[in-house]
Amino acid sequence: MKTDRLTIAGREFRSRLWVGTGKYKDFVETQKAIEVSGADVVTVAVRRVNITDRHSDNLLDYIDPKKYTILPNTAGCYTVEDAVRYARLARAAGVSDLVKLEVIGDEKTLFPDTAGLIEAAKILIKEGFIVLPYTNDDPIVAQKLVDIGCPAVMPLAAPIGSGLGIRNPYNLKIILENIKVPVVVDAGVGIASDAALAMELGADAVLMNTAIAGAQDPIMMAEAMKYGVEAGRLAYRAGRIPRKLYATASTTIEGML
Amino acid sequence: MTIQLNGEPYEVKEGTSVATLLQALDIRLDQVAVEINLEIMDKREYERRVLQRDDRIEVMSFIGGGSLGFVSLIDLLDRTMTVTS
Repeated sequence: MKTDRLTIAGREFRSRLWVGTGKYKDFVETQKAIEVSGADVVTVAVRRVNITDRHSDNLLDYIDPKKYTILPNTAGCYTVEDAVRYARLARAAGVSDLVKLEVIGDEKTLFPDTAGLIEAAKILIKEGFIVLPYTNDDPIVAQKLVDIGCPAVMPLAAPIGSGLGIRNPYNLKIILENIKVPVVVDAGVGIASDAALAMELGADAVLMNTAIAGAQDPIMMAEAMKYGVEAGRLAYRAGRIPRKLYATASTTIEGML
Repeated sequence: MTIQLNGEPYEVKEGTSVATLLQALDIRLDQVAVEINLEIMDKREYERRVLQRDDRIEVMSFIGGGSLGFVSLIDLLDRTMTVTS
């Protein structure tokens, strides 16, 4: 596993499990879950500073930007203008040139507005951002995102926070076979076997938040997800046996009476 | 004089700079972004930029989020504001 590193835009990552930081009980739980998950890419959102309560803690006091790659997202943005504005604010805060670009199309499904996504990505790439786009499991859109300069694509497994797992493994497989940049399966994972399946299909990494933060025991689930991703990755690299309808004996009949 | 700070009216003395405002609010400079009237400030300008009456200041930082971690009232207000501006 030591040499099996993920590289995106010249940056090398240890872990193939990336995690979000939303929905946890408190920052201590967030910190612990991330630590146990082994993730080294951590997504954060950009919001107004609480002016009235200045004693509230700061998330980045719990997640050391020297230890983790902080990946700001544009969560909650429904227009190209908003997504670009939030990405610029994130960069101005001085953490990174990376952005997980989200342009959400609809409040009920939180599916990406892929037309808006491509438009926003073009603007941000021109400004020097490293754009990691949250997209649909659409191979054509994924290719367009690569063509305009995204160094990775992040197709969803299922709607954000749904925990439905990989709803369209065949589309993901098509994306994985044709896209020449790393593919991070993002959103929709529910449990460790979902993460393993994504990795077995050939995904380069899996990004999740709710599946861990929303579990009965988030810390234990963080560990389960770590193993799920590692097992899936190893299995993918090891190469599975072909599926066959009938049995093949695994014990020789030679030497039988 | 009154400015708009994160969507609320806020009183500051004439001649207050962005740096002084952030200091008074006990906000660390390293992990925030400041936007004035929709224009993002360069951190090196915080000392020099003096606040003007009715300036609309947004002080932004990082919170927990995966994908739309949660929708708070502030987010909704902010969204409405962006759409109408």
